[in-house]
Amino acid sequence: MSVTPGKNVDEMKYESGGANGYRMYLMLCGGTGCVSAGSYEIKNALEHELEKYNLSNEVSVVMTGCNGFCANGPIMVVQPDGIFYQFLSVKDVPHLVEEHMLKGRPVEKLMFTPPDEKSVVPKMSDIGFFKKQRLLALRNRGLIDPEKIEEYIARDGYKALAKVLTEMKPEEVIQEMIASGLRGRGGGGFPTGVKWKTCREAPGEPKYVVCNADEGDPGAYMDRSIIEGDPHSVLEGMAIAAYAVGSSNGYVYIRHEYPLALERLEKAIADAREYGLLGKNIFDQGFDFDINIHCGAGAFVCGESTALMASMEGRPGEPRAKYIHTVEHGLWDKPTNLNNVETYANVPLIVQRGVKWFTSIGTGDVSENPWGGSKGTKVFSLVGKVRNTGLVEVPMGITLREIIFDIGGGIPNGKKFKAVQTGGPSGGVIPEDLLDLPVDFDQLTRVGSMMGSGGMIVMDEDDCMVDIARYFIDFLVGESCGKCLPGREGLTQISRMLNDICDGQAQEGVLELLEETCNTVTSCSLCALGGSAPNPVLSTLRYFRDEYEAHVREKRCPAGLCKNLITYSIDPDKCNGCMLCARECPQNAIDGEKKKPHKINTDLCIKCGICKDVCNRDAVIVK
Amino acid sequence: MPKLRIEDLDKIVNEQKKITSLRDGAGRVKITVHMGTCGISAGARKIMTEVMHCIEESGASDIIVTTSGCAGFCSREPMITVEVIEQAPVKYVDLDKKKVKEIFDEHIMKGNVVKDYALAIGSEQTS
Repeated sequence: MSVTPGKNVDEMKYESGGANGYRMYLMLCGGTGCVSAGSYEIKNALEHELEKYNLSNEVSVVMTGCNGFCANGPIMVVQPDGIFYQFLSVKDVPHLVEEHMLKGRPVEKLMFTPPDEKSVVPKMSDIGFFKKQRLLALRNRGLIDPEKIEEYIARDGYKALAKVLTEMKPEEVIQEMIASGLRGRGGGGFPTGVKWKTCREAPGEPKYVVCNADEGDPGAYMDRSIIEGDPHSVLEGMAIAAYAVGSSNGYVYIRHEYPLALERLEKAIADAREYGLLGKNIFDQGFDFDINIHCGAGAFVCGESTALMASMEGRPGEPRAKYIHTVEHGLWDKPTNLNNVETYANVPLIVQRGVKWFTSIGTGDVSENPWGGSKGTKVFSLVGKVRNTGLVEVPMGITLREIIFDIGGGIPNGKKFKAVQTGGPSGGVIPEDLLDLPVDFDQLTRVGSMMGSGGMIVMDEDDCMVDIARYFIDFLVGESCGKCLPGREGLTQISRMLNDICDGQAQEGVLELLEETCNTVTSCSLCALGGSAPNPVLSTLRYFRDEYEAHVREKRCPAGLCKNLITYSIDPDKCNGCMLCARECPQNAIDGEKKKPHKINTDLCIKCGICKDVCNRDAVIVK
Repeated sequence: MPKLRIEDLDKIVNEQKKITSLRDGAGRVKITVHMGTCGISAGARKIMTEVMHCIEESGASDIIVTTSGCAGFCSREPMITVEVIEQAPVKYVDLDKKKVKEIFDEHIMKGNVVKDYALAIGSEQTS
């Protein structure tokens, strides 16, 4: 196994956010083995020494994925020289920096020659799927037993809570959160620290801290995975939030359809109570905080903050107008701080590693204005027509192309990429020419989509954009609570129009009416569910208007998907009369003799597509 | 369990290192079965049963078995991570009972990585 300088230089540029002219890179292993052997302490020591010699602008310390030599960790590779150091410890650092980085003499006693590779198994950090990921919220994924609190503590768990309780005033914690630029991971992107500040300053007692784990987007499971894999990171984040806003009551609102997450969360809360990490007088610092679970019945609208609180109070899950803020009048009309699972999971790490570190990841500048950028990472569930489906955590600012093609491995079965839908059912669809868009809160909003909670559905050339819009709108019609007119009737009308278009029943002028209705629903709905519901329609209209026009004017579905607009036929030149389709057809709609071209009887055909699937000669034509 | 004081956190860190770190000598091999919802629905429970069965059959007493959550690569579940002392962890994907048996016999008992089923060695960059 050797280090290819070219590739690592790419990694370095990526990590350091551009070509900023360092003459030397210290690639310190940030894999689990090396981290538990102390690589972060070494990183701090290195940076300290480099600063001492004024080398900070010339030499950059970069944390990398696992080198695979965990037994010899912590490992560090110096580039461009390609020199390997092993078994590093903090006390080696001053000598190493002085000799190698300052005087240019590699320290032989720390050097290591990597053994020849025995098997040809690739390194984790060479696999596309893992290479570009950066694990913050998912820092313990696959590494700890989520049912053992000790394993969380062993990975520095609850140290951030200890730190805030002993070293920081609540106002300082809030200031830290504002400075970090952490924005709500549930989709809104509201700066977490600003929310905490407003809640702290709001009059009224008691105050509540609520965790929104009502993840209802089809195809999204970020929150479930965090709770299943690392529940204590969420509990610790909530406890820190509670200390900051001045609350001693916490709730997790989690949907009933997540049995495993629920089970692990219950166990985590019980264990934390037993250890005194929840309850009275935590760490003997005079801070009380406990958490209870509230099970949601699985209504999508209950992910909306005011509907969620209504549901917790035992009322129907219906939102209310937004001008009354939940931070001031929330649960039982008391000041309530509500954040998403992933937001809370980020909090302990920011407290521990500091603002400077957190703001080094992501886009924009948040030093003056917490809305000035998107810092940290975002977890996406990457699903749909993509080779590697799964849960990915990437730094903000990564492009959609990198996520879909480098991490996701591209589109399967040789098909062509068509669009990607981000932000859940009320997010928007983004076309191919925007693939190089850097992913952050503001860029996604700019192109008519949104970050949302982080669902990412990839579509290929076989997907019909009108049908996609119809699917999401029909979902939202079903999930709309019916309280406001635009949400109830507006969405129903939009659904009718889309169904007419897909069925070939729509008249000229429907697209203009559709747009007008969408804009009305966007501006007049009571809550964000209604307000963002037309996004799938508006964004597909914006980027794929020709597909809508083909449906309306030519009664044709370009993707060959809308059943009323397509017919199946057999190309007589390609068909060799193998009888396969005729045998498989459930309607017996295919006639033909052996070794002679077959014909489809369109009166009987139900357009199920089985003939196309079974044909070996690609002779079935869909038009 | 007594209530924790702040200094107890470091004690737990050290105790855990003894239990889970192979370098400090609790075992020779650690097998982690990834059991998130995705893993379980892909058959991780069967994989766990087979791992336990293999250990029982072999009579080995130096193998630690533990569970963890989703490793992110849901389309390749069920997945296990095998960590032999002094070696980098290896992730195996798309498993079934037969493959587990083979990995157990070859990698865990004889020390040869079964490269046909292995996804990668090493671990991810964390935080």
